[in-house]
Amino acid sequence: MLIINPSKSNPADIQPSEITPREAFEDRRSWLKAAGFTLLSGAVLHSKFAQAATVTGGETKGSGILVGRANQGNGLTYKPAVVSGGKINGYVKTTYGAGEKLTKYEDVTTYNNYYEFGTDKSDPAQNSSFFKPRPWSISIDGEVKKPKTINIDDLMRLAPLEERIYRHRCVEAWSMVVPWIGLPLSELIKWAEPTGNAKYIEFISANDPQTMPGARVPILDWPYVEGLRMDEAMNPLTLLAVGLYGEVLPNQNGAPVRLVVPWKYGFKGAKAIVKIRFQEKMPLTTWAKTGPSEYGFYANVNPNVDHPRWTQSSEKRIGAGLFAGRVKTLMFNGYSEQVGQLYAGMDLKKFF
Amino acid sequence: MKKRIFYSKIAIWTFAFCPILRLLWLGLHDDLGANPVEFVERSTGTWALVFLLLSLVMTPIRLLTGQVWQIQLRRLLGLWMFAYACLHVTTYVWLDYGFYWPDIVKDIVKHPYVIVGFAAFMLTVPLAATSNQAMMKRLKSNWKRLHQLVYIIALLAILHFWWLVKKDVTEPFYYAIVLACLLSVRLYFKHFKRHGVSKSSQNRQLV
Repeated sequence: MLIINPSKSNPADIQPSEITPREAFEDRRSWLKAAGFTLLSGAVLHSKFAQAATVTGGETKGSGILVGRANQGNGLTYKPAVVSGGKINGYVKTTYGAGEKLTKYEDVTTYNNYYEFGTDKSDPAQNSSFFKPRPWSISIDGEVKKPKTINIDDLMRLAPLEERIYRHRCVEAWSMVVPWIGLPLSELIKWAEPTGNAKYIEFISANDPQTMPGARVPILDWPYVEGLRMDEAMNPLTLLAVGLYGEVLPNQNGAPVRLVVPWKYGFKGAKAIVKIRFQEKMPLTTWAKTGPSEYGFYANVNPNVDHPRWTQSSEKRIGAGLFAGRVKTLMFNGYSEQVGQLYAGMDLKKFF
Repeated sequence: MKKRIFYSKIAIWTFAFCPILRLLWLGLHDDLGANPVEFVERSTGTWALVFLLLSLVMTPIRLLTGQVWQIQLRRLLGLWMFAYACLHVTTYVWLDYGFYWPDIVKDIVKHPYVIVGFAAFMLTVPLAATSNQAMMKRLKSNWKRLHQLVYIIALLAILHFWWLVKKDVTEPFYYAIVLACLLSVRLYFKHFKRHGVSKSSQNRQLV
């Protein structure tokens, strides 16, 4: 998460090297140190949560817009990303996933589990052309001050869009590396103003049998429902993705907006979200309802908790080729440092 | 009749090589999709099942039409089933798990669908080993008893497919229907048409 300096009137004037991590921003003394270091080295600082950034896309490329959300909440202090011709311009590059080899665009967009469009991996790409991701709005209700609705364009302006390269681990023991574009879910939650009773969030996906042929078949109990505990939802890693590879999200990847929770199995990432409900009780999620012995609410990537069908200790990396073998699966998909504390003291064999 | 068998065998050989050649072609052109190992596993597994079912079609043909010559194709179809099963297992052990035995053993022991698949494969080994004329003669009536294992193999193979699928069992369901039809023809003739069969069947030793 980036914090900008709200005093700068033209965000385009600010260089990427001036970007200060949140922790440093909040701690004045280390902020001074960090700023000094930044000035001296001219390098981009990054720390555990705060990821350094540069802006890309269209005209602004390389000009280094500094973006962020003013911590006082006094309106927009950044230039929002713009969609034109299916491309997203003006999003922020982050160092999440730096050094990871990206999975090919073709594989990311043709190998999908999205049963509303069919159960074969190739079905979503083939059967989703009639799906209309715009106009789109998400209704928010439940334990909130007052129910609200937000349309996709406003959602994309709610916070600066960031590119985050995340590992994506499917419960079927394959994985990808995807350059998502989106905003932290926490930004939407703050905007939604949940009450103190909100302990969980439920995400409800689109269910339109007209444009989603798979939804005509009662394979799952439609609509698809997913959920997160409030602290999981507020974690800086949790992303509402609206794009990938610099483009607006393709239909088969969950257009126009989907959840990305990189330390959990892929099925936690509800696609084409139409409703978000804050509630006190743990939501009954689709796969947990379908196979309670196989799929839990938490569904954290965990090489030590096996699945009745798939070994979870290793995984196949999509695009690595026929002879690449498997790679070891990491606890919380390698995001232990960021999310391990959420589950301190929990028996993860029981709460799988 | 000999000619008919000869041409049928050529047709089977040609047909049976097509899936392998297709996999090689796609593999060489890097066209096996996003998850090539899964693709090869699925393909070889499916073809093993198809040849297994084809080998089980020969007897119902005899029962329904009284024709017997096609029984002589059964061994070839059975051996192609074994060949594809071997490719399937090789893909799993080599391409999927890179001969890493601790993980393979864990995968087999822990996952019901792998256990039944593995059991089915193990049962095909004695059938392939005793498929030649010499073993047939040596085992006499035991040969037939041994080769009835094919029914168990078929059930395990379908179960393997069924349990592998996460939710949509349409595809394994089709194969299960085919197997059910093939077995019910046998059961029907066994229980209701016993006399008719023994009269019309001049080649009982081949059954």
